[in-house]
Amino acid sequence: MPVAPLLLPLLLVPLCAAALLGLVGDRRFAPRINILGSAATFAASLGLAFQVHARGAFMAGGTFFFVDALNSYLAVLTAFVSTTTAIFSRRYMRREREHGRVGHVGMRFYHAMFQLFIFAMLLCLLTNNVGILWIAMELATLSTVLLVSLYRTPKAIEAAWKYFILCGVGIAQALFGTVLLYFAAERVLGEGGDALLWTNLSRVSGQLEPTVLSLAFVFLMVGYGTKVGLVPLHNWLPDAHSEGPTPISAVLSGLLLNVALYALVRCKALVDAATGTRHAGNIMMGFGMLSILVAAFSLLRQKDIKRMFSYSSIEHMGIATFAFGLGGPIATFGALLHLLMHSLAKSSIFFTVGHASQMHGTQEMARIRGLFKGNPLVGWGFMFGVMAIVGLPPFGVFTSEFLILTATIKDAPAAAPLLLLGLTVAFAALFRRVQPMVSGDAPPWQQSLTAAHLPVILHLVLVLAVGLYLPPFLNDWFQTAVGLLK
Amino acid sequence: MSLELAAKINSFLAALVLLTAFAMLAQRRMKGLIHLFAWQGLLLSVNTAIVGFVASRHHLYISSMLTLALKVVLLPYILHVLIRRLRIHREIEVVVNIPMTMMIGIGLVVFSYQLTAPIIELSTMVTRSTLAVALATVLIGLLMMITRRHAVTQVIGFLALENGLFFAATSATYGMPLVVELGVALDILIAAFIFGIFFFHIHATFESLDVEQMAHLKEHD
Repeated sequence: MPVAPLLLPLLLVPLCAAALLGLVGDRRFAPRINILGSAATFAASLGLAFQVHARGAFMAGGTFFFVDALNSYLAVLTAFVSTTTAIFSRRYMRREREHGRVGHVGMRFYHAMFQLFIFAMLLCLLTNNVGILWIAMELATLSTVLLVSLYRTPKAIEAAWKYFILCGVGIAQALFGTVLLYFAAERVLGEGGDALLWTNLSRVSGQLEPTVLSLAFVFLMVGYGTKVGLVPLHNWLPDAHSEGPTPISAVLSGLLLNVALYALVRCKALVDAATGTRHAGNIMMGFGMLSILVAAFSLLRQKDIKRMFSYSSIEHMGIATFAFGLGGPIATFGALLHLLMHSLAKSSIFFTVGHASQMHGTQEMARIRGLFKGNPLVGWGFMFGVMAIVGLPPFGVFTSEFLILTATIKDAPAAAPLLLLGLTVAFAALFRRVQPMVSGDAPPWQQSLTAAHLPVILHLVLVLAVGLYLPPFLNDWFQTAVGLLK
Repeated sequence: MSLELAAKINSFLAALVLLTAFAMLAQRRMKGLIHLFAWQGLLLSVNTAIVGFVASRHHLYISSMLTLALKVVLLPYILHVLIRRLRIHREIEVVVNIPMTMMIGIGLVVFSYQLTAPIIELSTMVTRSTLAVALATVLIGLLMMITRRHAVTQVIGFLALENGLFFAATSATYGMPLVVELGVALDILIAAFIFGIFFFHIHATFESLDVEQMAHLKEHD
């Protein structure tokens, strides 16, 4: 079968944009190329989703790529958030540039690596080969390491070093898991690249050796779990997400964590099918619950605004991991919806947080005041973003959390009080902080700024819309994806 | 070459790989560490070529050459240049003393044998018994990263860990598919450039490569 016409541009556009932006460098129109490239990727991803909708799951490029409801959904989400982030980053980075926090070389590097990062994530999602998935995941880490240290402050360098080393070690465990998986698969499927294809593996999952797969899953869990930021493997995450430029925080929190979780979920479905037990799911539930609780209580102690929302990301990834581990149609549906809602809400929060800290020249929450008066868009955007992320109705996060909680009460009643506790603590911790930041008079150190309206409004409207009314096509899409993960 | 002879050579090389891993744990001087890393790479490369010859898997020759070029020549060269440029000669400070580290290392080897025992039983390959050694090398690399304070040593620990993974792939499965091996090699190459850049950044910012100084980002109480 020839390469599906829309798959090729989806991967080639970000790759070419990365090369082009590397050549163009720090010119006036570089941000526009960045936006156009991302928008073209988004258009291609939509086209791909329509193809999947029309034809069902298919392979492309021989057996190299594989597209189904699950990964096309995440590809669309990735391309969408990267587009809005590119729009946000134009204004945001211009200001950083004016304030001398980043220079010529830095800007060139920033734009090129942003696109390379998008490419790596899309490759992760669309590849059919478990080995290539690993390589792309490592590429996604490597392309963002030097973006985290872009400002060259001691803290930024420390954060990037931690990110590099801890994720490197983590992902090495995943490679060992992949080797074990190949070892088991090779005995059934024969040698060569075919033994590492998702499509082949899921076909023969019943014949794979359960002992090897259980062991492989432990390594895969530790490896990809590090990238998802699950407790106790999360140490790098708050640092990397808080010290880098804000657009990068938005895509790291909103997208990279999803992609890592996607890898884990695919592995889990395979391992549970092979062992015929709930072994893998239980491990995920354990890690997920621990992440929810630890992150919720850590939220209480934060002083840095971006750091606080990084912990909130850990909490939400914990919820999704827990729900995927729990399995069953409702929990899996809830988890898929939760990934979508979290990505949109969290990146919009990072957009407003980025502007708020630029206005005050600090990320310290104690010095951020009077956002409503200072800049209504930033203030209200931030307020609504936080309302969405803590799961207040009618925002979409409420719907997904409600579904997950319902499934928990039904299938794992013992975990339900803990889940509720985590959600409540996180709710209280975030709200306590937000009130003083948005209300009151603008402090004298506050500066005015022109905020990027579109990304914030677009994300929040989408989160609200899905909360009020889940369109049938989205419902069908998720149902198909749930069917794949049975 | 008969299968038994190959299996013996493979076990012997595995023993040597493990020996270099322990030698790295004990080595205090930076140059010595880089040499040990290069030796480990050479052992891997030879082992891969032998497995490729015995099992007549020709793609293993390519990964053997790749290992030789990358891990025996290029990476040690880059590391040498970096430590000369950054004037790092002094002894490595360790967090845990060396005899203690060695004891933990022995514990890790025992643990690896324990963990891989069920898998080794399943396999029919001549190289299967070396899987435990491979896992031990991975864990010792990890141990090295934890117990050393120096940025360069942490990177060497990371690369040694990767050697262990590569060894696992050749001993458990006659090597991963070629496209995967090439991709992994590419990732390591990119990582090498990144840590090179990093060393300069860390050096310029902290005036030393002691990672103990990087302790600003902690939770405030």
